[in-house]
Amino acid sequence: MIKFEEVSKTYPGGQQALSKVDFHVEQGEMAFLTGHSGAGKSTLLKLISLMERPNVGRVLINGHDLGKVKRKQVAYIRRDIGMIFQSHQLLMGKSVFDNVALPLIIEGHTRKTIFKRVDAALEMVGLRDKTKSLPITLSGGEQQRVGIARAVVNRPPLLLADEPTGNLDPKLSMEIIRLFEDFNSAGVSVFIATHDLGLIARMKYRTLTLKGGRMITDGLSQQGGWS
Amino acid sequence: MSLLFRGRQQASSHKVSVMQRFFMFFADHFRQGINSLGELYRMPFASLMTIGVLGFSITLPSTLYIMVENTEQVTEQWQQASEISLFLRSDVNDTQAQQLIGRLSSWNEINSVKFVSSQQGLEEFQRLSGLGEALDYLDENPFPPVVLVIPTSKHASPKAAADLLDKLRKEREVDIGKLDIEWLERLYGLLSIAKELVYLLSTLLFFAVVLIIGNTIRLNILSKRDEILVMKLVGATDAFIQRPFLYTGFWFGLLGGLMAWVTVTCILIWIGWSLDAFMQQYQIQLDITGLNIQALVFMLLLSVFLGLLGSFLSVQKHVDEIEPK
Repeated sequence: MIKFEEVSKTYPGGQQALSKVDFHVEQGEMAFLTGHSGAGKSTLLKLISLMERPNVGRVLINGHDLGKVKRKQVAYIRRDIGMIFQSHQLLMGKSVFDNVALPLIIEGHTRKTIFKRVDAALEMVGLRDKTKSLPITLSGGEQQRVGIARAVVNRPPLLLADEPTGNLDPKLSMEIIRLFEDFNSAGVSVFIATHDLGLIARMKYRTLTLKGGRMITDGLSQQGGWS
Repeated sequence: MSLLFRGRQQASSHKVSVMQRFFMFFADHFRQGINSLGELYRMPFASLMTIGVLGFSITLPSTLYIMVENTEQVTEQWQQASEISLFLRSDVNDTQAQQLIGRLSSWNEINSVKFVSSQQGLEEFQRLSGLGEALDYLDENPFPPVVLVIPTSKHASPKAAADLLDKLRKEREVDIGKLDIEWLERLYGLLSIAKELVYLLSTLLFFAVVLIIGNTIRLNILSKRDEILVMKLVGATDAFIQRPFLYTGFWFGLLGGLMAWVTVTCILIWIGWSLDAFMQQYQIQLDITGLNIQALVFMLLLSVFLGLLGSFLSVQKHVDEIEPK
């Protein structure tokens, strides 16, 4: 599903964010990406969502080389990837419904479909009663779940999450992870970047570890890890 | 179609009939148009200022243009401006003169003909010059018989009147033909310069309007930066993000145009009052022609075009620049 081939990224100014990163997340897999702040996690996710382009190497999604994607096509690529952010990236002036409906409105769905799907997505994250609320009136955990509902509302085959549990307590974090597990069991590939090692330790999922821009472990355990 | 995942359903691959899609297209645009109007309503002061700039910028050239048009019409009404005096040869007697008048009356170019015999000419001169009885001492009447020709309004323009004069000169009885045309030519010359100035001024003002609208839209875009970033993150195309701003430009144009229409009408009414007072002294009847439907539609279209152009230039540049990092 996500394949990196010898990918290196150097930012203007000479800061090397990733060097020769090589990995493959299979279709239907759920994997974690971990590492210290500044290890390159965010850069790696940005390469997948086409916010950045690699200097060397290839990034492939479902066998398609993202290097061949033209600027005009970026928007369409992003519709295939559900993205969840630590800072939620919600429209604070718009209701929960409008926020979740945004990807569907952009794709030009009919009103009927929009109502049906937004309703289903909010149901999945347990926020059906908050449809008309403004995000600002919701708690951090709820806001994050609105973000997740928005990411899954157009049923993308791939979910990317950047520190989705960043500001949440362990119990809420676990709830969020359970949501991802649900989507994963429905066949969606899930790729989560987090530095919450305690969370990962409680689960048996493949974990990729970055350190200084290099992939140092790729496997189920934390042996030889950086902690 | 999804670029990455073959067979993945997106809106465009859904089973939606052509009719339904056609209807949705308009429904979407209508909704976005109304939304943009709502945005203007939520910031009434800022919106009014922009609409005002547009309105006044169109009012000024429109008013000037109407003035020039009216002046042209007024001068066209002054037929005596193109009155042609035909001085007949002194050996022409009254009967021959009457025959000439009879012939001239049938010409299409001529509205009316008036005969002033040499005796009448002398009497009139006597009355107006104040020389009085001194003229009685002349041995013979030095005034030739004169025919005053007033061309139809169609042939009263300097060019047509000059052509008519040439034709009249060929008449056997005519000695000298005269047309006091110079001042009319000067007036027309001035009017055409005034027209040029109106065009020049309009162009400059319209240019300014485009820049002002462009800048207003730029500020709108920047104030919505965060929203645009989020929309780009969830896969909105530039065109989708640009659309509401284009609608804002459209509304600015339409409302500015309507405002210009109201202002021009007010100005014309006001000028009409002072003109009436002035005209009454000279006992001239004059109606100012205001904006007809054609001119109004043209003004609104122009205004909408300027609004759209300003916002188009702005969104092309600034929506592009906002990219999630």
